[in-house]
Amino acid sequence: MAKFTAKPKDLIQIDFKNPKTGWMDTPVEIREHMFCHPAKAKELETVGFPNIHEWRPQDENWNLPEGWKETVLNGIKERLQKYRSFHVFMDICVRCGACADKCHFYLGTGDPKNMPVLRAELLRSIYRKYFTASGKILGKTAGARELTEDVLKEIWYYYYQCTECRRCSVFCPYGIDQAEITMIGRELTNLLGLQLGWIGGPVANCYMKGNHLGLEPHTIKSNIEMMLDDIETITGIRINPTFNRKGAEILFVTPSGDLFAMPGIYTAMGYLMLFHELGLDYTWSTYASEGGNFGFFSSNEMAKRLNSKIYAEAKRLGVKWVLGGECGHMWRVLHQYMDTWNGPADFLEVPKSPITGTVFDNAKSAKMTHISEFTADLIKHGKLKLDKSRNDHLKVTFHDSCNTARGMGMFEEPRYIIKNVCNHFYEMPENTIREKTFCCGSGTGLNASENMELRMRGGLPRANAVKYVHEQHGVNMLANVCAIDRATLSASMDYWVPGVGVAGISELVGNALVMEGEKERTADLRGETLPGKEGAE
Amino acid sequence: MKILFPFFAVIALVLLAVAGTAANLHFLFGVVIPYAALFIFIFGMIYRVLKWAKSPVPFCIPTTCGQQKSFSWIKQNKLENPSSTLHVIGRMALEVLTFRSLFRNIKGELRDSSKLVYGSDKWLWLGGIAFHYSFLIVLLRHIRLFAEPAPAYLFILEAFDGFLQIGIPRLFATGVVLLAAVAFLFLRRIYVPQVRYISLAADYFPLFLIMCIAATGIIMRYFLKTDIVGVKELTMGLVSFSPVIPKGVGAIFYVHLLLVSALFAYFPFSKLVHMGGVFLSPTRNMVANSREFRHVNPWNYPVKVHTYEEYEEDFRDKMKMAEIPVEKE
Repeated sequence: MAKFTAKPKDLIQIDFKNPKTGWMDTPVEIREHMFCHPAKAKELETVGFPNIHEWRPQDENWNLPEGWKETVLNGIKERLQKYRSFHVFMDICVRCGACADKCHFYLGTGDPKNMPVLRAELLRSIYRKYFTASGKILGKTAGARELTEDVLKEIWYYYYQCTECRRCSVFCPYGIDQAEITMIGRELTNLLGLQLGWIGGPVANCYMKGNHLGLEPHTIKSNIEMMLDDIETITGIRINPTFNRKGAEILFVTPSGDLFAMPGIYTAMGYLMLFHELGLDYTWSTYASEGGNFGFFSSNEMAKRLNSKIYAEAKRLGVKWVLGGECGHMWRVLHQYMDTWNGPADFLEVPKSPITGTVFDNAKSAKMTHISEFTADLIKHGKLKLDKSRNDHLKVTFHDSCNTARGMGMFEEPRYIIKNVCNHFYEMPENTIREKTFCCGSGTGLNASENMELRMRGGLPRANAVKYVHEQHGVNMLANVCAIDRATLSASMDYWVPGVGVAGISELVGNALVMEGEKERTADLRGETLPGKEGAE
Repeated sequence: MKILFPFFAVIALVLLAVAGTAANLHFLFGVVIPYAALFIFIFGMIYRVLKWAKSPVPFCIPTTCGQQKSFSWIKQNKLENPSSTLHVIGRMALEVLTFRSLFRNIKGELRDSSKLVYGSDKWLWLGGIAFHYSFLIVLLRHIRLFAEPAPAYLFILEAFDGFLQIGIPRLFATGVVLLAAVAFLFLRRIYVPQVRYISLAADYFPLFLIMCIAATGIIMRYFLKTDIVGVKELTMGLVSFSPVIPKGVGAIFYVHLLLVSALFAYFPFSKLVHMGGVFLSPTRNMVANSREFRHVNPWNYPVKVHTYEEYEEDFRDKMKMAEIPVEKE
């Protein structure tokens, strides 16, 4: 495969003209740089996914398993009976088109099949053909079509060009949520063994080793120890966190991305410093070492299997409640799914901040609180000593992650924190933030390298809004509460808006946090010298 | 084809009614078909809704469009992120009565091949509101044909609707608005390239049908002056289950009636079921309190997991080397 080399100025020449042929008569063209490689058989075997076989998206023959059509149709039938959302969403769309230009992939590609309505119609046409009277009788006139290999390929191609961000669902007059339909479409492809490497790999890793990156227990510890060395260099304070410690009050779970690469590790350093300063009685776990859940991008069952570790570990360690780090889809799962799948967690207590005494009633049943809720509460009660000026070299804007926005509604907590730890904060245009926020373009397991064109195209709307505040206010730091954002927005900023960095909010907190016994800070958590402190060493 | 087929289907219905009256099939077109259509509508919709309701809602998946409930010092957006049933009722009322989500509509555009800009775009909302409300009022006005004496509120409704006081019979604004709104929705479908591209025959058919229904209604009221007494005789006969076929009611009435019957019968098998479906949409009608109260999935089943014990088996030596506590030494 040739390397993706398109220049931003060329990539943004987006053609919004529709093909001359109707969408049913326009065959799918599986284009290089727009799709991800298939998963390895070994990874899928680890978790027992069905119909594992050799295939490549760009090939004519996908070696589909015998009886694949029945598998798909039975799969649809089963899911219609299991999910009212799916059933209703298959029936009630009026094709008003309100969702069309709300999708970042449509705005970035101009491909009409990336309009949420048409993405849904790809599957709806099959539903009509096999499950409705009008579709059976009237066929194409009723918007129905046969399920063929080409149609399956088309569904596959476009359902892995959707990041389940739910932006379309905000604007739909009936709340039709393409994320829900994509999830089910992806389950169907998973039944046929058509899984992506960037999903299958992390899923297998998470199942066996506890986290997506496949970090083994000793590696987790040594990675964190490296961060502790850096913290010591910067603050003069040596922190000693614990791992798998029984009897701790709180279990802390964060996406493993925070433990592995820049800029995520700076966020993790922020957590470590904050917890140390508070003297928090908490522990990390190497078994439940993943907050995120790539199983969620393959099947509901797989997501539940991976998620089970959090409560299981909380029970084994005997903690009182669980605190969660910064991650987007992780919080969709924790907020809307975990308690249903693996609860009730009646062996835990309602989360209560040991520092402020605040009881987090909104997490009364699930027993898990977001680090931004936890931190905002600390700041509100004046429990943190903060020196905002240590972030003065940063002009910050905030990117609402899709899932914490539209699957949770956490808008004010992170903003409150930023305003208390930074002097320079600028919002992006109103139609691109909060519930109208744009996806990074690489969520739901699409953060591979071989699909870079897709990622940059999907990332365009977000990047374009950042560019606006970059040019207007000189914004140079894109803050967020999501590990995938930290990994993927870095790439899309480098591509579309060079000069803007990406940071988790806890990193900014770590910069501003005045710790007891610390030496005078001359550098931020990235080791970059603070303005005015040059030559202070 | 996507436009012509439904267009001719509606024309065919018109001709069918004309032919039917010419062939003296008044009882079929005036009584049998309307009864059948109403029957299909009622039982079709019940069937639809029951079928949807039969599928459970396994997860609590509201789309949150506003601030969650967290602390007393952060203002929750109760209508966009409801944490109680009362909030949900408010959210649904806004959605159903004011088309809240459609009101949010913005248009995204790429300018100068460099800037994505977003502007407010309320035309679809306006067209939708005008269409649905005028249709509703027109429908309510028709109650006059099914009740003797006509209920008092109808006179109030008609007073408002006919405020223009143009001509005799008095011009009802809603009939005109209905026709204009349907025409707008149709033109929009044709002229906006994206919407045209996604449109199916099933999107044009109801538009043509409703357009013709409104048009025949207006023609009857203002131009051909159909024998209203005869019409009421027929409709009262229908509603009292003692059907009569009065003489002297023109073909135009039977055209109108057949089109309305077609709309009713078509309703449960088409996208028009959004009327019922919107109430069952889980992203809008659920309380967003899934961490506060556990949502139960009726088909939740045990799954195979990788337990801590298995994990420790795999990594015990490495854990011990790294001084991470283990269960079994």
